[in-house]
Amino acid sequence: MSNIVLTQTWFFPNVDWSTLWNATQETLYMTAISLALTFIFGIILGLLLFLTDKGNLWENKVIQAVVAAYVNIFRSIPFIILIVLLIPVTAFIVGSFLGPSAALPALVIGASPFYARMVEIGLREIDKGVIEAAKSMGATNTQIIFKVLLPESLPALISGLTVTAIALVSYTAMAGVIGAGGLGHLAYSHGFQRGRDDVTLMATLVVLVIVFILQFAGDRLTNKIDKR
Amino acid sequence: MISLSRLVKTYQTRDGQVTAVDHIDLKINEGEIFGIIGYSGAGKSTLIRLLNMLEEPTSGDVTIAGKNMNQLSKKKLREARQEIGMIFQHFNLLWSRTVKDNISFPLEIKGVPKEERDQRVNELIRLVGLEGRGGSYPSQLSGGQKQRVGIARALANNPKVLLCDEATSALDPKTTDSILELLVDINKKLGLTIVLITHEMHVIRKICHRVAVMEQGKIVEQGDVLEVFKRPKEEMTKEFVKQVTEPEETEEALQHLLQENNIGHVLQLTFVGGDAEKPLITNIIRRFEVTVNILQGKISQTQNGPYGSLFISLEGDAVEVQKVLDYIRDQQVEVEVIHGE
Ligand SMILES: Nc1ncnc2c1ncn2[C@@H]1O[C@H](COP(=O)(O)OP(=O)(O)OP(=O)(O)O)[C@@H](O)[C@H]1O
Ligand SMILES: [Mg+2]
Repeated sequence: MSNIVLTQTWFFPNVDWSTLWNATQETLYMTAISLALTFIFGIILGLLLFLTDKGNLWENKVIQAVVAAYVNIFRSIPFIILIVLLIPVTAFIVGSFLGPSAALPALVIGASPFYARMVEIGLREIDKGVIEAAKSMGATNTQIIFKVLLPESLPALISGLTVTAIALVSYTAMAGVIGAGGLGHLAYSHGFQRGRDDVTLMATLVVLVIVFILQFAGDRLTNKIDKR
Repeated sequence: MISLSRLVKTYQTRDGQVTAVDHIDLKINEGEIFGIIGYSGAGKSTLIRLLNMLEEPTSGDVTIAGKNMNQLSKKKLREARQEIGMIFQHFNLLWSRTVKDNISFPLEIKGVPKEERDQRVNELIRLVGLEGRGGSYPSQLSGGQKQRVGIARALANNPKVLLCDEATSALDPKTTDSILELLVDINKKLGLTIVLITHEMHVIRKICHRVAVMEQGKIVEQGDVLEVFKRPKEEMTKEFVKQVTEPEETEEALQHLLQENNIGHVLQLTFVGGDAEKPLITNIIRRFEVTVNILQGKISQTQNGPYGSLFISLEGDAVEVQKVLDYIRDQQVEVEVIHGE
């Protein structure tokens, strides 16, 4: 009990700073891991969407239709419903449906299609002439992907990732409400349900700071690598 | 070096079949600069893209350096493409790479080791006159400089053939000339075969040895540039030849003059090759009882000598005028009476 007294301050009387710090770490953990996985899956899905489209390197109607259907379906399901739907899957993969790690499958499955569409748009913006030039030099498809498509669309990939990261922060908050922990959990169960508005407010402020930092860093990075 | 036989390319479009290349037979010799000219939609881009199989032919054969391009396996085709450089109207450089890295790109594709790449890139930068710009990004270069990067990149793997798709169409006349000079220079230095397509006769006149005129997917006329300039057979070719031999305002100016009274005879003289230097007009005035007025004239240089046309008016009696005409024809100069009998 003395611990609580020590870490409480007069202007946020109910905020326990070490709990807040733990919640922040959980949110950052969920965001970081899910962002990394979303980046990988999103790029794979985005590349598939782009490459299997008409007139492209791996033109393939079937794969195109399957991937597009997957992306559209999972992008359309509201995240809060997706988590609930995925409880059995999560329990199977993670072994539990509570705690920060349990939120990861839903976060990645929810955010990857979202990011995949942004990757696809970025790839579409690449001048067809450049791809053609690479072909005329005898490049293989793999070389075209890694030496042309990804580097040339990098600013779009990064700015899309920034948007996705911010969406993921808000997804983690939703996941928190149904048991994943983090700032969302703090704001809901410690703040809202116990009528402690200062806790809710503080959790919100931390989320805002995280979002601002992500946006700022993303914009800086995008500008730095964009040599167009 | 390059030989096309019965080459056909048709596209299926919503509005039916489009035959972009229609049974073309063509031979291009080693070391020559071969121009293909035609108006928009004639099928020039399609034809040049068929050479390195960026388009697959509907039927017919493309042979380059003894290889039948349309029968190669994917792997062999990629290897063959490394020996065919290509430059583009809109340069198609990678904006994410510096000038050096752009030039190095085809070397990376081929798997050339880093050290060798760097050395080759430096040579190429010197060859195209971009010293000191190696670290710049394409967005920091002018159009002419971008095309120089394009040329350096196309030459990186020491190709035998260079394909140019409207390589100067996005450039101003002065920059166009400097790029054309660079191409001639490369052709001489490296003995490279160059195929270029354009809609500007100016480009053909300046650097090509031979030319083919394309219309609706077919080659309607071809031959040595000077020969085609001298005796264009097709209406289309004549129009193109006019682009370079007559000053823009000729037609208008002549129309104006012809409306005047007492203009007498108006002749169009066409000089080809060495003849342009002969003091023809001086001799006419000295030898015949006629007055000569020079109305318009233009002489241009081609790879095989000068070429030009001169419009003059003659006043004198019919017998003298006929003598002048005979004299001019004797001098191997083409002459056409465009006004007065
Ligand atoms: N991918 C395609 N699908 C359908 N039709 C095509 C395609 N590419 C070219 N064509 C048609 O083929 C014809 C020749 O086109 P091409 O681009 O070769 O002309 P061009 O001589 O290069 O013209 P320009 O000077 O305008 O570049 C045109 O009628 C064009 O509409
Ligand atoms: Mg074209």
